[in-house]
Amino acid sequence: MAAASFTAAKFLAPVAGRSGGDRPAPFLPAPSSARPLRRTRPAQRLLAVSSDVLAGNKAAPAAAAQPAVTREEALELYEDMVLGRNFEDMCAQMYYRGKMFGFVHLYNGQEAVSTGFIKLLNQPDCVVSTYRDHVHALSKGVPARSVMAELFGKATGCCRGQGGSMHMFSEPHNVLGGFAFIGEGIPVATGAAFAAKYRHEVLKQSSPDGLDVTLAFFGDGTANNGQFFECLNMAQLWKLPIVFVVENNLWAIGMSHIRATSDPEIWKKGPAFGMPGVHVDGMDVLKVREVAKEAIDRARRGEGPTLVECETYRFRGHSLADPDELRRPDEKSHYAARDPIMSLKKYIIEQSLASEAELKSIEKRIDDVVEEAVDFADASPLPPRSQLLENVFADPKGFGIGPDGKYRCEDPKFTQGTAQV
Amino acid sequence: MAAAAASLHATAAVSKSRSAAIPQVATSVRVAAASRGPGSARARGGLVVARAAAVKDEAADTNSGGHEVLMFEALREAMIEEMTLDPTVCMIGEDVGDYGGSYKVSKGLSEMFGDLRVLDTPIAENSFTGMGVGAAMKGLRPVVEGMNMGFLLLAYNQISNNCGMLHYTSGGQFKIPIVIRGPGGVGRQLGAEHSQRLESYFQSIPGLQMVACSTPYNAKGLLKAAIRSENPVVVFEHVLLYNMKEKIPDEDYICCLEEAEMVRPGSQVTILTYSRMRYHVMQAVKTLVNKGYDPEVIDIRSLKPFDLHTIGNSVKKTHRVLIVEECMRTGGIGASLRSAIIDNFWDELDAPPMCLSSQDVPTPYAAPLEDATVVQPPQIVAAIEEICR
Repeated sequence: MAAASFTAAKFLAPVAGRSGGDRPAPFLPAPSSARPLRRTRPAQRLLAVSSDVLAGNKAAPAAAAQPAVTREEALELYEDMVLGRNFEDMCAQMYYRGKMFGFVHLYNGQEAVSTGFIKLLNQPDCVVSTYRDHVHALSKGVPARSVMAELFGKATGCCRGQGGSMHMFSEPHNVLGGFAFIGEGIPVATGAAFAAKYRHEVLKQSSPDGLDVTLAFFGDGTANNGQFFECLNMAQLWKLPIVFVVENNLWAIGMSHIRATSDPEIWKKGPAFGMPGVHVDGMDVLKVREVAKEAIDRARRGEGPTLVECETYRFRGHSLADPDELRRPDEKSHYAARDPIMSLKKYIIEQSLASEAELKSIEKRIDDVVEEAVDFADASPLPPRSQLLENVFADPKGFGIGPDGKYRCEDPKFTQGTAQV
Repeated sequence: MAAAAASLHATAAVSKSRSAAIPQVATSVRVAAASRGPGSARARGGLVVARAAAVKDEAADTNSGGHEVLMFEALREAMIEEMTLDPTVCMIGEDVGDYGGSYKVSKGLSEMFGDLRVLDTPIAENSFTGMGVGAAMKGLRPVVEGMNMGFLLLAYNQISNNCGMLHYTSGGQFKIPIVIRGPGGVGRQLGAEHSQRLESYFQSIPGLQMVACSTPYNAKGLLKAAIRSENPVVVFEHVLLYNMKEKIPDEDYICCLEEAEMVRPGSQVTILTYSRMRYHVMQAVKTLVNKGYDPEVIDIRSLKPFDLHTIGNSVKKTHRVLIVEECMRTGGIGASLRSAIIDNFWDELDAPPMCLSSQDVPTPYAAPLEDATVVQPPQIVAAIEEICR
């Protein structure tokens, strides 16, 4: 069935090309080992939030002295994950009520990856995603009402209703899409990272934080696609400030990752291109965040890309049209028990970072935000007919010169009739 | 017959002291005409719009001297000038850096501008074209070179889905000021895969603009305009035209992306063509003139969108149209052009618009077969005789 479940972050660096000092040979675990793996750095061992806690790991209490996050950080992470979950649940409701159409792919269960990574970014950093992009946009700061209005196809959506569920873009928040074909966002992310390096080296526009980082999110199915490998090569070749985040939820619609992939351990493909490959428990936001911190800092310092494989799971089907019959109930319940929101809640309460009541008030606030987003989207107008031909070209002279000698776009009736080019 | 039409090249359209800021004005710029043909210019809000297309103004040319270049040198000059003017302009492609470009268009550029601005890529067309799109979204102005246009078939996903679509699906938030250029067309026995004409494959992509250059003058002008344009533009060059020689102006000039070029004014029949076929047409015209015909030859240059104004004026004058192109017959540029002429100028036509295209075959290697694949001057002569009967 699924690959062996790893309970802690594994760090595998390429053997050649690391500067300074002897490094131990890369450590590969025994095939069915489930013991926690020691990392190569003597850093604070991250307290396991999900599986170890549930399994009653004896090492946990000793390391529990120092929580891995501050109270503010924990609440920020909690709020972001709850927003993602509630928003997606509302999408399902709205879809079945006929307010939302087409293909809608929900992110339930994977919130730890989006929150764990994106909450570490600054405004100039970029996020590139796939069709499962609502929560990436929300984590990056796109207002819930803009995303909901876009899903309803209204003119007030973040893409003026022209994109839809699979094409979330936001220039002010540097969300570069939203791509329907898997893999086609990865070169775009590589280009955004290239532009960041170019700005620093050619245009001499430097920021005290370092290079602007780009995160490319994609799934296990994409990790078999040519564009993935081509971009791993180019990103490492030019040491681009990018992190490749694989959201391995084990299924590409109905194709299990094991059936589709000769070597299912995706993190191993990083060292093949000369970059570090990391596997992390993607149901645990704190572990994801720790790995993300290191990968993003590497990129900012100009040390190049990292491949991070997050083992995660989607609680719903591939899309709202997917009957989800192929996945076994025991697999689903295994991951449902590792619900990232439940786990973080448990951690926050056990570490006394906040009270149950405070968490409930966050949930209530998020409920209001999502309700307000739906009301806003409902009340917004549909795009007018005249919007059809707007934005096809940034310079609308690209619609050419008409028979009367004027640029077509200068004709007042231009957007009313059939698109004649 | 002297070219009396207006010229579009500017004597001082662009000041060389412009700062590194990207120009605010959209750059399919109609620049002030140095001279005007009869009844052609129409003022519009300060910018003079020339009706007929860009032809080098002979008078201005001799005044300023000009210099002789081969087509690839003209393209190279365009690249150097634009990269000097605007530091966000960069070049991405295979062998554009150290090798200087497989047709020497970027020779010496990586020494001048560094190897990040003239980026030698691995052989991954889809990904480096997508990289160009992502870089364009984030403020750069990449010029992506396909070593041969045919290789860009591998980049079709990125060109269609991303170059063409992202400005629209993002609701206008991101612009993609990318230029995709490269040599295409049938060469000398290069074999089927190196002899492709991709104009027809790309022409339906919404959001993409396409031009085809044919002389050193319009090659430099169109490439500069394409780089300055906010739209994604595909510039089609031809493998056999890189050594065409012509005298071009010393001063800065650009050509309008959407305009066609009047090559030879006439009165009897309109011949519409582009790229290499322009030369086959002009060769046929020599024969036709000797036989007493008076064809008007227009190089359409803008493959998408068509310059229906120039074409229409010509059709209204001559009432007969022949299209000569190197695209395949099925679904080619000629097919779309014929359709557009019928839609817009049906009442003006005295004869059905004829179209001479390449055969629908993969270009064979053997020389006589390859010659038979593309349109040759005797066929053009015969077609004109047929139309004008």
